[in-house]
Amino acid sequence: MTAISHDTGHAAGPRHQLRHLAVHQFRADLRCFYRNKQGVFFTLALPVLFLVIFGSVFQHQNVAVPGGRIDEPVYYVPGIIAYGLIAATFSNLVISVVRYRETGIYKRRRATPLPASAVIAGRALVAAVSVLAITAVLLVIGWAAFAAHIPGRTALAFLLDIIVGAVAFSCLGFAVASLIGNIDAAQPATLAIVLPLCFLSGVFIPILELPRWLIDVGKIFPVHALADALLAAYNPHTAGPGLRWGDLAVLAAWGAAGLIYAMRRFSWLPRAG
Amino acid sequence: MNAARNQDPRVAAAAPGGGASEGGVAIRVRGLRKRYGDVEAVRGIDLTVRTGEIFAFLGPNGAGKTTTVETLEGYRHRDAGEAEVLGSDPARPAAGWRARIGVVLQESQPEAELTVEECVSLYAGYYPRPRPVGETLELVGLADRRAARCGQLSGGQRRRLDVALALIGDPELVFLDEPTTGFDPAARQSAWQVIAGLRDLGKTIFLTTHYMEEAEHLADRIAVIAAGRIVAEGAPATLGGRDTGASVISFTLPSGLSADDLPPAVAAAVTGSTGGKVEAHATSPLPMLGALAAWAQARGADLPDLQVLRPTLEDIYLQLTRESR
Repeated sequence: MTAISHDTGHAAGPRHQLRHLAVHQFRADLRCFYRNKQGVFFTLALPVLFLVIFGSVFQHQNVAVPGGRIDEPVYYVPGIIAYGLIAATFSNLVISVVRYRETGIYKRRRATPLPASAVIAGRALVAAVSVLAITAVLLVIGWAAFAAHIPGRTALAFLLDIIVGAVAFSCLGFAVASLIGNIDAAQPATLAIVLPLCFLSGVFIPILELPRWLIDVGKIFPVHALADALLAAYNPHTAGPGLRWGDLAVLAAWGAAGLIYAMRRFSWLPRAG
Repeated sequence: MNAARNQDPRVAAAAPGGGASEGGVAIRVRGLRKRYGDVEAVRGIDLTVRTGEIFAFLGPNGAGKTTTVETLEGYRHRDAGEAEVLGSDPARPAAGWRARIGVVLQESQPEAELTVEECVSLYAGYYPRPRPVGETLELVGLADRRAARCGQLSGGQRRRLDVALALIGDPELVFLDEPTTGFDPAARQSAWQVIAGLRDLGKTIFLTTHYMEEAEHLADRIAVIAAGRIVAEGAPATLGGRDTGASVISFTLPSGLSADDLPPAVAAAVTGSTGGKVEAHATSPLPMLGALAAWAQARGADLPDLQVLRPTLEDIYLQLTRESR
């Protein structure tokens, strides 16, 4: 199947028209997103639940991090933010893109003058808004309930980590959506990818409690890079602005690979049938 | 309105005057071929659909129907031949081409979380000059369901929504791929009214269906595809020699008379006779009916269940598609 085979014949038009269509699409996609209870639960409620549970269970313990020890609830805040970001971008996009493709919604939209870029932009903007929402909620809960706060000197690094992470995991979401052939497989596939990597990357278990080799395996993957970069921003022992260029490079590389794969293999037509 | 169509000299040549009125050509296909691996799904077909007509495209599953339709809609690229839809090559359509066609896919679901009205408004926003949303919902009979979530519609209502979404851009040409599959008879009747209403609005309709009565009821012209080739094309009444094909004359023999007593003109044409029920094939039925009537009256008998049956579209269709297997 030729992937994005007919970009002509659509309302290519001037740039403001494309922006208008993208915003039009985004508003409808956002409405669909917040009316979908399952999506809202996995994207917004589950990360909050995780933070509250992990933070409460390990309330009076502390944990080794690079440079010293910190309260264990504080340790979990950046990790769960990483998890929330991945749920809002990667998992959210895989599940919604596969569903829209397999139910013929994308096929129908491609029969209209709507340009491909507006379809993609609408989806990606929903992911971006979800990231903002979940990050803000977790930041506030972390600060109010567990006294976890980002030192002023690393605030910019935290913001950059969130942006690079959101872009990279969105690209990976479109790529993995292209790999999955039916609706039923989408949700289990995202869990099978995300959960093991979270365990390897210090999201659910403090990273320094893992065996060395497991940490090294985890380091190959972008979940580790994001969790590590966010921990550096939260860790009061971090010196300087807390920018982890190595982690950002790993995220960028995975994001670029995902983008290239998605651009080559993305399909508007259902796979099944 | 049809400026874009006139830009193409080939279409202008094929359709002198080339306007929206009758005589214009909406779809023109010559020698279209498409292969999937070892299978040649479409083996060089020609089609012409005139502006403003309802054109029914019939054929068994796997005959190349969907491949042809999806090529014309721009989803698939042909291997060989020419195709022109509203003056554009669907594989490389001109700017604005998609705003001039509407597509009802064979299978597609709406955005389940949107209401009917939100969904139609979403699609209206894709087009430069959409039809009014409320009026379009009226047209397909969904006005009273405008506030319902799309995911809660019945099968028939969802199909109406499909039609509304295909019409909302006010297209010149509408593709309807099996629009009434799974409908109950009442829903099918009202769908036919909607489709006939589209013709009255001046739309060109390219319809595929498995229901012969649907094609007969709606279509101005029919083409039948079988094994990748067009095997017949024409008006429903004359397709495949239907108007000149043999009629079946059937009746029950009056009591006390046997098939051997029939006049020679009738006896020679009898193709079946079981339990006093006689069937005869007649290419010109009138002389045979005359002979039969004279024979019965001479014996003081009546033929109360006498029937003359013309070949149905289904008979012709089955014959055409069987031959090409």
